[in-house]
Amino acid sequence: MRDWFKGGEPWIWMTAGAVALSLVSVYAVLWMTAAQGLGHWWPKPLVETTLTEADGSVKRLIGELRDKEEISLHRLRESGYDIKSDDQFTSRYLVKQGNRDVYGVDFKWVPTPLLGEFQYPRDVISIERHEWGSFFGHLKAVKENGQVVAEGNAAWPELEKRLARSNKLFDEILSIEKHDIGKVNYNLERLRLKQRKLELQGGLTEAAQAEIDQERQIHETEFARLQARLDGLRAQNARDSLTAEIQDGQVIEIPFGKIADVIKPNDMSVVQKISHYLQKLSEFIVDDPREANTEGGIFPAIFGTVMMVLLMSAMVTPLGIMAAVYMREYAKQGPLIQIIRISVNNLAGVPSIVYGVFGLGFFVYFLGGNIDALFFPEAHPAPVFGSPGILWSSLTLALLTLPVVIVATEEGLSRVPRSIREGSLALGATKAETLWRTVLPIASPAMMTGLILAVARAAGEVAPLMLVGVVKLAPSLPLDGNFPFLHLERKFMHLGFHIYDVGFQSPNVEAARPLVFATSLLLVIIIIVLNMFAIRLRNRLRERMRGLESV
Amino acid sequence: MEKIESSITSAGGFTGRRMAKDRLFKYVMIFGGLSVIIAISTIFFYLAGVVSPLFMPSHMDELKPLAVPSLANQSTVHLAMEEQVEIGVRIADQGDVTFFSLLDGKPSLQEQVPLPESVRATSFAAGDLRKRAMAFGLADGRLLLLKDDYKVTFTQDPKDPTKDIRSIAPGLVYPLGTDALVVDDAGQPLKRLAIQHDEEGTTAVAQTGDDRLLLAYFTSESDFAGESVTTERAAVHELPRLKGEIDQILLEVKQRDLYVVHGGRFVSHFDVQNKDEPSLKQTVAVVPEGERVTAAALLSGGFSLVLGTDKGHLVQWFQVRDANNKNTLTRIREFKPMDGPIALVAPEHARKGFVAADDKGGVNLYYATSERLLVERATGAAPARLAAFAPRANAVLLETTQGEIRSAHIENEYPEISFGSLWGKVWYESYEQPDYIWQSAAANSDFEPKFSVAPLTFGTLKAAFYAMMVAVPLAVLGAIFAAYFMSPKMRSVVKPSIEIMEALPTVILGFLAGLWLAPFVDNNLAGTLLAIFLLPFSFVITAWVWHRLPGQLIKNLGPGWEAALLVPVIILVIWGAVSLGHPVEAAFFNGDMPRWVSNELGWSYEQRNSLVVGIAMGFAAIPIIFSIAEDAIFSVPRHLTSGSLALGATTWQTLFNVVLLTASPGIFSAIMVGFGRAIGETMIVLMATGNTAVMDMSIFTGFRTLSANIGVEMPEAAVGSTHYLLLFFSALVLFIFTFFINTLAELVRQRLREKYSSL
Repeated sequence: MRDWFKGGEPWIWMTAGAVALSLVSVYAVLWMTAAQGLGHWWPKPLVETTLTEADGSVKRLIGELRDKEEISLHRLRESGYDIKSDDQFTSRYLVKQGNRDVYGVDFKWVPTPLLGEFQYPRDVISIERHEWGSFFGHLKAVKENGQVVAEGNAAWPELEKRLARSNKLFDEILSIEKHDIGKVNYNLERLRLKQRKLELQGGLTEAAQAEIDQERQIHETEFARLQARLDGLRAQNARDSLTAEIQDGQVIEIPFGKIADVIKPNDMSVVQKISHYLQKLSEFIVDDPREANTEGGIFPAIFGTVMMVLLMSAMVTPLGIMAAVYMREYAKQGPLIQIIRISVNNLAGVPSIVYGVFGLGFFVYFLGGNIDALFFPEAHPAPVFGSPGILWSSLTLALLTLPVVIVATEEGLSRVPRSIREGSLALGATKAETLWRTVLPIASPAMMTGLILAVARAAGEVAPLMLVGVVKLAPSLPLDGNFPFLHLERKFMHLGFHIYDVGFQSPNVEAARPLVFATSLLLVIIIIVLNMFAIRLRNRLRERMRGLESV
Repeated sequence: MEKIESSITSAGGFTGRRMAKDRLFKYVMIFGGLSVIIAISTIFFYLAGVVSPLFMPSHMDELKPLAVPSLANQSTVHLAMEEQVEIGVRIADQGDVTFFSLLDGKPSLQEQVPLPESVRATSFAAGDLRKRAMAFGLADGRLLLLKDDYKVTFTQDPKDPTKDIRSIAPGLVYPLGTDALVVDDAGQPLKRLAIQHDEEGTTAVAQTGDDRLLLAYFTSESDFAGESVTTERAAVHELPRLKGEIDQILLEVKQRDLYVVHGGRFVSHFDVQNKDEPSLKQTVAVVPEGERVTAAALLSGGFSLVLGTDKGHLVQWFQVRDANNKNTLTRIREFKPMDGPIALVAPEHARKGFVAADDKGGVNLYYATSERLLVERATGAAPARLAAFAPRANAVLLETTQGEIRSAHIENEYPEISFGSLWGKVWYESYEQPDYIWQSAAANSDFEPKFSVAPLTFGTLKAAFYAMMVAVPLAVLGAIFAAYFMSPKMRSVVKPSIEIMEALPTVILGFLAGLWLAPFVDNNLAGTLLAIFLLPFSFVITAWVWHRLPGQLIKNLGPGWEAALLVPVIILVIWGAVSLGHPVEAAFFNGDMPRWVSNELGWSYEQRNSLVVGIAMGFAAIPIIFSIAEDAIFSVPRHLTSGSLALGATTWQTLFNVVLLTASPGIFSAIMVGFGRAIGETMIVLMATGNTAVMDMSIFTGFRTLSANIGVEMPEAAVGSTHYLLLFFSALVLFIFTFFINTLAELVRQRLREKYSSL
């Protein structure tokens, strides 16, 4: 035994343990994110049971069981539950009882000993509403203009039919509100700015004013027309309603206009569940968020992230490659360039928040402020470029990821064998031609690797973005159908910030948690795929170089 | 070569064009490359440039005389300026008011306060400077309240429509009407007066001709139209007689505290919040015997008393609450003394600064919080007897004993900052003792900003420390195994996993730590600690069991796969420890360990604590340390290890005595880089701690780091304010620190590379 210790065998196992622990933690994190994120849309059964309240009364409880944990009775008693037991520990369930408009909260932890028998009645419905979150209850009747048209078992088919009609109307309303009215408002704002600009330049003649007024008149007529159409649609949508009995016996009436979807989770086949799951998953990807981002989709965040990363790539690629080519091919290799190289390398280790501070001070306030003063005096005092926006965000991240691209490109250039350059030069090519035709193409996978790594880093970076342009809810996308289509001054949403914001600033964390996991999963997938791609590319490059060297 | 090139370049035609292109390409690359490098280095210079005004000394111009016509047979009692520093006002003891231009001293308006006929004014008092209320005490025991008022109007410039012309019209207003209010029913003259006025009420404290001290309270009500105000006296009290001659009466702006300087060296504090029952709280000797208080003033906000003495000392006092909840006037700090007896102390309107002058002509600017003497100046003529700050503290106006008025522009944006106030303990107003506090904003305007970066720096280091506690053992040991023992096949699994670990966005780690790990650890504290404790033992036990297994099995599975074998062990141990945790808590910790920690041990416990952040940030720092350390160990020349093994050392002995010794600089540099990463990490800290700026090393409390502080406060900081600049300063500190650490690590690594190549 002593020899065994002396030989160092246990220490080797300790080192192995460190690797194993790291591996376990990486995969635990990935598994956690995936399991929690992917499970969210699977229809969970609705439990009907009873709960003994503090005053001894027994109440009905309908809800989803979201979580279960073991908890010390001490803590439960402290929070006011009277549980008679000699044990130190018991368990409790996190129940989503929905109906936030009635109860104020839709999640609550309930100790298991206070719960009655679990039942899964088949007729319980779960309604996804446009406002106030989920609704759980027993369907009673479907009404048209306040008159009952179907009751009991007949209610469900009627409901499905009418829901389809109502959803169509709702989509139409949404499209008008979002696109058509948005466009009219945008045009009106542009007219206002145009008028103000002319005013400032002293060129606001009567003819110009008349022209503007005429144009404004057109938009206002259009606005009134849209408004009238909206009112009509809303009135149509208000025709149907349903009534349902919730856990405490109240019968609640819900107009169809407020319903997004209805399911009977205890009465669904696996196929139905799968199709429901896929539908919700796709809504998550393509829809706008609702209810302070705790429901609905994350499309604007995906769009914002992609857009910002693309803008950043467009800036960082040429700059990074230029710097690398200069440092490796043109600069005199001496101590000075060595210092610069080390410094550039080290910039990659500077905390990202520092870049955010720089971006806010230099880009937003200094550059943006001056741009506003020079080019947009008509918008004063509202800032255009003088407030955080997508342009400044992508510039800041371009600066942040420059070292990554420079280092990768330099490495690629340094791996190009001397023989190839000399061959090209010997055939009479100029240095530029050698670089452009042979060296850079050979090094291009290295540049790609750098760019991909830069993109992966930028996609996951949040701290600097909080300062230079990300918001929790952007009213409009930075790219839309209104001239000039690309709005670089606009604020945008970002997946990473979405995670931070919804997870930590949201009033209803329990409701938001699964969505945050889903968003995290999406972000992790994007980043892992990008990184894997970069790793593959790098390995291929190495093999190709090995091949070249043997030539 | 050069020659050939130039001769080719000079050639025309196709070759010439190619050569021109070549040169163009070269210049574009050089220009582009250099500009990128310059742009990157701008970061540092920009940050430094923004921060630099913080450390610039304050500046005050020479006091230049203003040609304000002197008064015939009255003397000045009060000076003031309006907000834009265009107009100054001089008030004389018999109600002669002169508004004058601060550019050249030319009077713009002269007014006479309508004192009652044939009644002389016997005293004057100015209330809070921001409220601008003043009062004359009259010879018949009444007082008259007035305010100087400036109406600012903007008219469009006829020449340039984008610009507005500002014009300011000065004047006097009488908020309580022009009828004097009775303070002393006996009709004695008011020898000395102090007032404070606001919409609801006016408090006046007066010393009468027969040396009684009276407190009078007037309530005001405006009629519905808001045009006329009816005022009535709600209370009048005679305050107890104080020892010695009364020197000065100071009434605090909220009309709650009254300080009377008397007998040359005493201050008596009255609580006058309840106007029907004013009470004397205490009398304190504020200077030693033989010294006299010659000037006193309340700093803005009304908390602090600054006293100047005939020996030139300047001392700040304020009320401090003791353990019995009793407020006592306490001597807080002393400022750098002046040469002669202090003639006046005049406070700033909104900050804790003040100007003091002695009778030798010295004029000094001080700042209370940072205990700084900002500027030393001389009047350049006779000593000053009256002084006033501009509302924004950007100018000072004073009158010399010869009646000459002088003014000077001041540049003093960041007086709160000194080495002591940034890094040391500071005794802030209404605090019980000096402390390190970071509190950048509050709701009320009397707020004294507290800018101690010590707790933030401490938090940053604490975060990095706990992160390193987790990351260093795991990453370095892991690197040893990966570089030295691991089978190549396992390597091809481990390496990409570590790369994924590095790529995981920290916002996700922070989210998991804050919303999953923190509640989990909170509910399973004993289990978590048990798991951390048991894991190393489980490795050794597994090793022993493995060692005892039949040799054939060991050979078949082969060395280099130990890590894979340990994965199920780890999962088992963690699961076991967590399920053991609750019975352990039940048996030893009354069923709730966090509660036990705070009740029995008396340690404060937070759910989002250093343990959670340490694990999450350790996780984030592992990959970078791992990669660099693994690289350093892996590149140790083979012949060194072969030599050692050939001499009969075991693998472990070789590793420990040869490999690690050679690679130790590389491992050190890896740890440094990891440390730098942990220092600047923002999102994990932001999400996984409570972000309270406390200073203790406990593993069960949170902290606030520099980076998280920037993330939280930057969007709200007003551009150009001290707060904004300090956040930039934090960023600069982070930048320099991480840059320095990384450079050091890089240099160490380069040395190591050279060493390897020479071996």
